[in-house]
Amino acid sequence: MKDMMIRGADIVVRSLIAEQAEVIFGYPGGAIMPVYDALYDYHDQVKHVLTRHEQGAIHAAQGYARVSGKVGVCIATSGPGATNLITGLADAQIDSTPLVCITGQVAAHLLGTDAFQETDVVGISMPATKWNIQVRRVEDIAPAIAKGFFIARSGRPGPVLIDITKNAQTDFGEFNYVPCLGFRSFKTYVAVEKTKIQQAAELINKAERPYLLFGQGVVLGKAEAELKFFLEKTGIPAASTLLGSGALPQDHPNYVGKLGMHGNYAPNMLTNQCDVLIAVGMRFDDRVTGDLKRYAKQAKVIHLELDPAEVNKNVKVEVAVMGDCRESLSLLNEAVEGKKHDSWMGRFRELEQQEKAEVVQHDITPTKMGLTMGEVIHQVNQYKADDAVLVTDVGQHQMIAWRYFNYKRPRTQVTSGGLGTMGFALPAALGAQLHDYSRQVICVVGDGGIQMTIQELGTIMQTKAPVKIVLLNNNYLGMVRQWQQMFFDKRYSFTELDNPDFVKIAEAYNIKSQKVSDRVDLKEAIEDMFIHDGPFFLEVVVEKEDNVFPMIATGCSVEEVRLS
Amino acid sequence: MKRYTIFVITENFIGILNRITIIFTRRGINIDALTASESRIPGIHRITIEVTANEDTVIQLVNQIEKIIDVIKAFYHEDEGVVYQEIALYKIPVSRLDAGLEKIIRQHNAKIIAAEPEFVVLELTGHKEQTQELLEILKGYGLSEFARSGRVAVAKRMLTIESFIK
Repeated sequence: MKDMMIRGADIVVRSLIAEQAEVIFGYPGGAIMPVYDALYDYHDQVKHVLTRHEQGAIHAAQGYARVSGKVGVCIATSGPGATNLITGLADAQIDSTPLVCITGQVAAHLLGTDAFQETDVVGISMPATKWNIQVRRVEDIAPAIAKGFFIARSGRPGPVLIDITKNAQTDFGEFNYVPCLGFRSFKTYVAVEKTKIQQAAELINKAERPYLLFGQGVVLGKAEAELKFFLEKTGIPAASTLLGSGALPQDHPNYVGKLGMHGNYAPNMLTNQCDVLIAVGMRFDDRVTGDLKRYAKQAKVIHLELDPAEVNKNVKVEVAVMGDCRESLSLLNEAVEGKKHDSWMGRFRELEQQEKAEVVQHDITPTKMGLTMGEVIHQVNQYKADDAVLVTDVGQHQMIAWRYFNYKRPRTQVTSGGLGTMGFALPAALGAQLHDYSRQVICVVGDGGIQMTIQELGTIMQTKAPVKIVLLNNNYLGMVRQWQQMFFDKRYSFTELDNPDFVKIAEAYNIKSQKVSDRVDLKEAIEDMFIHDGPFFLEVVVEKEDNVFPMIATGCSVEEVRLS
Repeated sequence: MKRYTIFVITENFIGILNRITIIFTRRGINIDALTASESRIPGIHRITIEVTANEDTVIQLVNQIEKIIDVIKAFYHEDEGVVYQEIALYKIPVSRLDAGLEKIIRQHNAKIIAAEPEFVVLELTGHKEQTQELLEILKGYGLSEFARSGRVAVAKRMLTIESFIK
């Protein structure tokens, strides 16, 4: 299928179309102008969204990728355009989000001369990408994009950056797109070993207090049904990581809650009482494990994992089942015995009641004057759709929203987990919404984080993306303030914010908005927000000095989880 | 802490060495020596890295290196598992050449590989302990320059590059 000679810039756009890119997030500039010129010709085949900052573009591409399961695409120019992508690349790398980012670069003959807007983005982005490449010749463009998409989506997903010099964009070449189906140095994952399944099944069948932890790997591997079947057959209690939330509906009888620093009481506490710990598609992040020296030492650990570098990295395991967890779970499902673990499950429920009485009740039905973040999320639950996407930023609101949001479907959780990127939520919500205008996308964000990328309200205005923005405003960098209160003698060093009138800002962007400071107005405001056809900005003024509990302080063991 | 040799079999792409070394940098681990060369198969390079660390760390390093997209295979061995050599060059003023030095050269199996009006260059190939021993002696002979290569090594285990790329 050989066409006549076309410009490199056209090859870029036609390659993206060949990879079924539907939405591209980007920002033009000198070194990428030929590609933008080409986009003008293909606007009926691929949608381009102009964000207000390149960081907004890449976070939007991340949001799009997370909800769709497809590769997110973003474009930026050389120099500052490219360096503005770095935070998003690092975020996508640590959270395994598939991205292809295209950056313009100065012409090949200017490389290394400190030319205008020249920066070594391949060098800078190397530790923050799964793969990157600089393309200097027109004939290398299509193969690089094909390889980039394959790498981004295959095995453990991750971000790819393709830097294209301006001469390659303006030169003419043949376009003959050949999708990449693999190459010799890249092993996507290994086939599951049957003997490992047998060893794992033996441990599980003999276990008296087995316990399963699941992470985002279940979602990335589309293994939600296999996980559910496994849990129902074995009767094993299961807890989720931050990014694993949604892989199992929260009302499932085997679901016992959330793991980690601000997770639930029982799942943390009982980690140190199980006899067999089954970890599926999770990487034992320090926010999950607390002090590793006192983490599940009594348990035999089984790890179902795709990435060999994650096995034995933080926690030494008894049986490592390498490979795709969808395959390993379905093999395990045949090998395990049907069981019930009622009294063990009962232990989780007992501790859950304790958490309800000591924490949850105060959070969602408070008796004090000020509104709590928890009651806001609780009200959101009353109106949200089952497949509504929750996009959060980073901090107290993120932990509270995670704790109280009622997750029912996979790919409804979009947040910056590993990197903890403030400013992520607003652009990521925009990206999630642009995948599907008809789906509810709820962006819960704090007053600190929203001001890091607040300019993307402009992109929401321009695209009319009907994002429901819930700003939980406590006029503090709340999580840092909480730590200052607990660990730094209440020395509130640079955490209090004098904030602008957020509602006026939203109005200036033509986004319908409302501010709630009294409990009596909350329900109606949330109802109005969901009824409104289009983007909505709801500011809720919450208690200034509330803390998030339960909490495992840094350096503490999971069983030192505090309720207050 | 022990001495390990990490072998990396890789595609010959620009930046591959950088990708490998930043894995060490990020973890604050020093590379004792590094050599890179084309393998017997065109387009495939082999990189030999010498590192002093504990085995757990080396396993993590090797896992992370192997995760690099363009790396075909990475593995490691203790000193017992490899056959290795290093080459050292020593520059000595001609004025210091005497019978004593000649004896030393013979005893250490070193060679004079260049003789200039002002200086001679000695070469010794061997393990670091051997080249180091000669270095200490030659310091007493007005040694003016010394250079030592990284380790060139092959594993004792019988494995071929072909088995990694099929």
